[in-house]
Amino acid sequence: MSAPAIPAAGALTQRKRARPTDRGASLVEGWLRSHAILVYLFLYLPIFVVVLFAFNDTTRRVTQWGGFSLRWFEVALNDSVVHRALTNSFIVAVPNAILATLFGTMAALGLQRVGKRARLVFDALTYTSVIVPEIVIALATLVMFASGFDAIEAVFGLKLNLGHPTIIAAHVLFNTSLVLLLVRARLSGMDRSLADASYDLFATPWRTFTQITLPQLLPAIVAGFLLAFTFSFDDYVITTFTSGPGSSTLPLFIFGQVKRGVTPETNAVATMMLAFTLAMLIVGQWLLRRQARHTSGPTEKGSMTGIIADAR
Amino acid sequence: MAAIASAPRRDAETSRFRSRLVTFALVFPTGLWYVALLVAPLLIVLVFSFGIRARNGGYEPAFVLDNYVRALSRPEPFITSVQMALAGTIGCLLVGLPLAYFIATRAGRRKGLLILLLVVPFWTSFLIRTYAWLIVLGPDMGLAGWVQTLTGDDRFTILGTPVAVLIGLVYGYLPLMVFPLYVTLERMDRSLVEASKDLGAGRWATFRQVTLPIALPGLVTGSILVFIPMMGEYVIPQILGYGKTYLMGNALVSDFLENRNWPNGSARAVGLIVLMFVTIATYLWFVNRGRGSREVSVL
Repeated sequence: MSAPAIPAAGALTQRKRARPTDRGASLVEGWLRSHAILVYLFLYLPIFVVVLFAFNDTTRRVTQWGGFSLRWFEVALNDSVVHRALTNSFIVAVPNAILATLFGTMAALGLQRVGKRARLVFDALTYTSVIVPEIVIALATLVMFASGFDAIEAVFGLKLNLGHPTIIAAHVLFNTSLVLLLVRARLSGMDRSLADASYDLFATPWRTFTQITLPQLLPAIVAGFLLAFTFSFDDYVITTFTSGPGSSTLPLFIFGQVKRGVTPETNAVATMMLAFTLAMLIVGQWLLRRQARHTSGPTEKGSMTGIIADAR
Repeated sequence: MAAIASAPRRDAETSRFRSRLVTFALVFPTGLWYVALLVAPLLIVLVFSFGIRARNGGYEPAFVLDNYVRALSRPEPFITSVQMALAGTIGCLLVGLPLAYFIATRAGRRKGLLILLLVVPFWTSFLIRTYAWLIVLGPDMGLAGWVQTLTGDDRFTILGTPVAVLIGLVYGYLPLMVFPLYVTLERMDRSLVEASKDLGAGRWATFRQVTLPIALPGLVTGSILVFIPMMGEYVIPQILGYGKTYLMGNALVSDFLENRNWPNGSARAVGLIVLMFVTIATYLWFVNRGRGSREVSVL
């Protein structure tokens, strides 16, 4: 046996082994690929079905295709119940998003300045608000409001009811934690040297904040605002238990319709909600892209998905 | 002399005081919200769980353990919840792991797009995505209709069964499983797989002994992220299960609203919260085991 024969023999056995594994490999490749395609179909098929049947020109069964038509959008847009629900949704979602963004950002900045123990308590509460099931928080809040309002009526003779303020208060709790986590993730990944340089150049803390820290935080703040708005706009569980007569939002309207049987009008309302949410996502993404170009930061961080993934 | 020396000190003191004031003002609103709308309601539930039901519903102060005894003697909703959440977690894992693996290792330049496509449904209304399955699974045109025409069995239905609830759970929470799995698999050093294959390990052995251990942290995080909300799920069993698959969420709502038995519902709620924290504590123990730092990761 001469020396060069050994690697040649090795190569031969490897080639022999490689053939069957190649077939196995292509099988695995094919399976992985088709699995991925099926999962994306699984994810989008239901959404597609809802949108499709919103354009259905039928007066009988929702799924009996009667041709393409916009009539159900007209019906939905002229429905006074839908109007009221839509108005209520905005009355709740806008103040909620503003308050949650403000509070969450402030808290994220403030938590950098507090001692270890205070931060630990805060963190525990933040995670608690995320971990405790929505339904438990919703019912606990309802019980608290109900008992509290009874007590107030007994003592002051003042009758308070559930309504927009109680929904907003309950939404702000959850969304503040969300914004706090997003902004803090951004803060911890931020380059401190710019702020230090600003201090070295005798800028006041306020100027350093508005000119250095805030622009760097902006993507997370924008993402937080949009997330808070969307969660509030789409929320059913907390809203249904903290709302009173006349304050029901779009998700509550849809849930009621679903319980009575889906109609093409339900699908039309749902389609408009989906379109609105998607438009928000696109606007947010666009704002962040622009922002990322201006600050010439890493583009990956500038995307909505990047920020959400960061916080996880 | 003394006056001159103390002036800068007073300055430093006022600025420290002002800095504390700013810090306090920054954290105050969130702190207030946490106390008023998180700590207070949960404390009320804890107190109520030891009370008794007032004659016309609600709460009457007392200190009894009856509610816990009753909750333990009728654990069916709790057991159903655990079963469904476990099944849902396994379902998410079976669907999500190959997908995450595909995106992390095979997608190339389309990685970003594929992840974005996972995020988009997550942004859209949970309620709409859930009720969409009423149409997809329904008898009119959906899956049940096909099976009915194929088998000739007119009574075949999926809606209103645990299977429909399970499909809804997997569908609703799948992205939460895929994200952490994707992140761990993305960071994986591919040369380890090459090395394993060079050393003669087969595909399955390589997967089991190299890829899976590397993906384990993401797998555990993903499982926790889907298991916890599934335990407290209310909308999916209501809509797709017609309220017949009776989970903890349904039990809580009927305790609090239909029977107006607040103490009973409170005891159940406390039980659910305790389970959540035990799960999280186990998770944190798992993540931090063997690591010196007490840094809390993920979630």
